[in-house]
Formats: sequence, C-alpha cells, structure tokens
Amino acid sequence: MVIVVCIKQVVTREMQVRVNDARTWIRDGEASWELNEPDAYALEEALRLREKHGGEVVVISAGPARVTQVLREALARGADRAIHVDGEHLATADAFTAAAALAAGLGSEKVDLVLTGLQSDDQGFAQVGVVLAEKLGVSHSTIIMDVQVQGETLRVKRELEGGWFQWIAMPLPAVLTIQSGINQLRYATLKGIMAAKKKEIRAVPAPAAPPARQRITAVYMPEKSKQTRMIGGSPAEAAAELVRALREDARVF
Amino acid sequence: MILVVAEQKDGVLNRASWEAVAAAQQLGAPVTIVVPGAAVAAVAAELAQADVAEVIALEHEALGVYTADGFVQALAALVTAGPASHLVFTHTYQTRDYAPKLAARLDRALVTDCIGLKPGEPPVFVRPMFQNKVNADVVLEGPAPHLATFQIGAFRADAVRKGTAAAPVRTVAASVDAGAIRQKPEAPFREAKQAVDLTQAERIVSIGRGIKSEEHIALARQLAEAMHAELAASRPICDSGWLPMERQVGSSGQTVAPKLYLALGISGAIQHVVGMKGARTIVAINKDPEAPIFEIADYGIAADLFEVVPEMIKALK
Repeated sequence: MVIVVCIKQVVTREMQVRVNDARTWIRDGEASWELNEPDAYALEEALRLREKHGGEVVVISAGPARVTQVLREALARGADRAIHVDGEHLATADAFTAAAALAAGLGSEKVDLVLTGLQSDDQGFAQVGVVLAEKLGVSHSTIIMDVQVQGETLRVKRELEGGWFQWIAMPLPAVLTIQSGINQLRYATLKGIMAAKKKEIRAVPAPAAPPARQRITAVYMPEKSKQTRMIGGSPAEAAAELVRALREDARVF
Repeated sequence: MILVVAEQKDGVLNRASWEAVAAAQQLGAPVTIVVPGAAVAAVAAELAQADVAEVIALEHEALGVYTADGFVQALAALVTAGPASHLVFTHTYQTRDYAPKLAARLDRALVTDCIGLKPGEPPVFVRPMFQNKVNADVVLEGPAPHLATFQIGAFRADAVRKGTAAAPVRTVAASVDAGAIRQKPEAPFREAKQAVDLTQAERIVSIGRGIKSEEHIALARQLAEAMHAELAASRPICDSGWLPMERQVGSSGQTVAPKLYLALGISGAIQHVVGMKGARTIVAINKDPEAPIFEIADYGIAADLFEVVPEMIKALK
C-alpha cells in the first residue's frame, strides 16, 4: 500500500517567540526549525504500517525551500521518497491554501492512506488533514491512537475527551490525523542518514493560491489574565517565600 | 443570522455548547441554535431558554451516533438553505472532526480554536498561535457564512443571556443519505478502571517537559508527598510512558480544579491549560520567564526547578 505522510516544518519549541515589526507574524529570520511533533508520530505510524503490510511511505511537505530539511529527516527515518510543494507564500498559508497545495503535490499519485499530525505547533489550525480528505474525496477520522488495516478496510481508535476512546471502521483510501503518543518514535540512524542522501525529493511548484479565507491583521503577545506575583531571590529564598505565601496568603494547606 | 451548532450525546447536552451561544450573542445579529441528532426535542427545549430567535432540532435516525459524514451532510444541506452569516461551534473533539470538512464542502472560511471576539464589521477573531506564545487577530474573507470554533472555556456558559420566554423550537428533518456515511463507529469505552481520580484532588503537583528525564520524577514525587498532593503531568510525559495516561491533565486527559495546582516545567500549551485553569491557586516554576504558564499563574518562580524544588521540600518539613 502507498502511505502518504503530510509533514510540516515549524520553529523549535524552545524558541523565544518575538513579534515582527509589522506585527503580522513572528520574527523567524534567524529561527531554527524542526519537524512538527504530531507529524513525527504520523510518520512513525506509517513506517510501522509499512513494516506490517509492505508498500511505500511517501512524505510530502508544502512550504518554502527550507522545508526540504524535514523531508530529508523523514527520509533518514525510513520514508521511501519525498515530494516538496515549493512556494514561499506557503510559510504562513491558511489551512485551505495548505491543503490545496498538498492535493496538487499528490497529483495523480495512487494513494491508499494519508496520515498527518492532528495539528501543527505553529498555527495550530487542526484543519489541514480534514480539508485534504474533502479535496481528495475520501473518508477521514481525527485524533487517532491506533491504526489497523484489514484488507480494504481501516479500523482506527479515535480519542474522545476525558479519557474515552472509540473504534471506527471506514473504507480505504482515507485520511487520518494522528495524535501524539500513538507510538514510540524512532530516530534516524547513521545508516538511515546516509541512505537518505540517495533518496528522491521531487519538487513540485505550488499551485496558484486559492483566495485567502483568513487574514491575520495583528500578532501580539497575550495579555496577562492574572496578576502574577513573581518571586525572586536565591532558590532557597524563593522556595521559602513561596511556601509561606501558599500557607498564609493563599491558605492552600 | 448567527447559527450556533450545539452538541449532544444520547439526548444529553454538552454543557460547552452554552459557551458557543454566549460567543454568538456577542456578534450582535439574531442567533439561531441548531442541535443535530436522532431525537433531540428535550435538548432543543433546554437550549430554548437562551435569548435566541429559534432552536432547530435537526433530526435523522442516522444522526443518532455521531459520524463526520452524517453531520457534514446534514449541516451542509441546512446551511445552504439558510441565510446564516456565521456558524459558531465550541472547539470540542467532535467539532474538530467535522467542522473543517463542512467548511471545505461549503467552500467557506473557518477559523478554529478562538479565545476571543471583537464584534464589528467584520468581526475580529482572536486565536493563539505558536503554542500560546502569541495571539493573532484574524478576519475571515470570502462569501458567507463564515465558520468559527471557540476554545472550551473562552466564554462562560453562565454569560448566556436567557430569554423572558422560551424560544420557539422547530423540528427539521435532516437531509442525510445514510448509505453515504463511510465511518462505522463502535461504542465509546475507557481504557481501564482509573486508579486515581485527579478531579477530586485538593492539591496537584504537575510535571511537564522541563522535568527532562524519567529519573527526575522521583523529585516531583517527593514534593507531592510533602504537600499532600497528587502527582499529575502534561501530555508529553504520559506519551513517553513516564507516568500513566490517567495522570494526564489537559484536553485529552482530566480536567481538574484543585485548591492548588503547582506546575513544574510546564510551558502552558493550550491543550494543557484548558484542563487546569479552573484551579483556585496556580503556581508555576519554569526556567523560561516567558513561558505562557506564567500568564495564568498566581505565583511564579522563574528559575531552575532542580534548584527550587529541593528547597521547597526542606521548607515544607
């Protein structure tokens, strides 16, 4: 079976986020980048399905030239080949634009299953996978914690709120959005990194962007909803004052 | 007209639906609530207490159990026939599953996970980005209706304006081709009997990525014992298997409201914050002074937790 994994490159979690001068985005000129974590779980799940059922894992990312870094990383972890939908505007695109770019990048590929993370660590729309399913005309399910392929049928474990789950069956092909923690991630081996150098990253120009559906008019640091008392001093002083405040002011003991 | 899509399961209203009604009432136009399901007259009657123009019970046998395909069909048909300017949802796991597909089918804009609203023409939707580190003002473009989902807790259910008399309830037979529903869901279940009930804990010590490795959990456990607190964690800790899933606080785990919630090395991503922001006193210890967790904390120490926690354990003894 052909399993496609849609991955996104995002700024690293540790990055100190600063708003740009125009207040339209963050300052990411000097940023360091990484694979969106939920997408890493989607990739791992695809690799495990290939080990079980055979076939091919194709990774695809829509973004500017820099996203080849995460495609190369995915190839090093074991994906067979990669597609890069190349467009500078995709760096800040809304979900419809991203899904349209991914659908165009897949073109006439014969796809059995599409996996992607349930949302991205940057814009966090939680939309792209589901919108892509509609564009491809296939079934979907979201927030998935287990994937079983039984012939032409898929059986997936969907996470509900508050510790509940549900199994759902649906026909292939399908799009699933994968929840973090579905599996234990593997990391690239030296052998994988060497092998990745020989694997194909096919560049596809981004299609003409559909009319934007959402426009960011301002980006700013959140206002504090609470008056936070920051406690300074040495670790011993801060700890003693915190314990005192919790006992005498907040009265939580 | 603003159309609020309410959520119910087996005839029981999801309380978070009231929050979407409160958000919709702020948009300024008359509000209609629609509740999809198999037999939802009682839920519709409950929703009719709100100060709204109408409640629509959108009924079909095939909507008795939620499926993305069934709900998209039913709502797409209803919306196409009506004059709605906006569709408003609470950002539940169910909404996340089908609202993007509905928006794609209608080819209309969708903004997700909003935390605020600035009424106007056009209205501005406020949503977090970059793991809660910044907020963005977003306006939606293209033809109406525009779809918006609001994060749980962004609006208060008790902020809903109630009507002086019950709003009219109308039952509409949903247009659903049951044969075209591809998802076949089984009954929901819980993994295992929960050994700990965090919702009943008075004090919680909760750990996040800042704890760095599994062996450091012992330190957090000592602090929890000294405080007579339960130990909990954010999702990545449970994903790594360092604590069982039942100790996870957040949208995919438990929602807690203890007297004291002490967050150790937790950055404050939304998925965690929705599960604990109801705590009476929140303490954050994190070496990043800009971690979003400090925005909701009553007390904060911006320092290395490995230096502060041993001192706290001493001070508590």
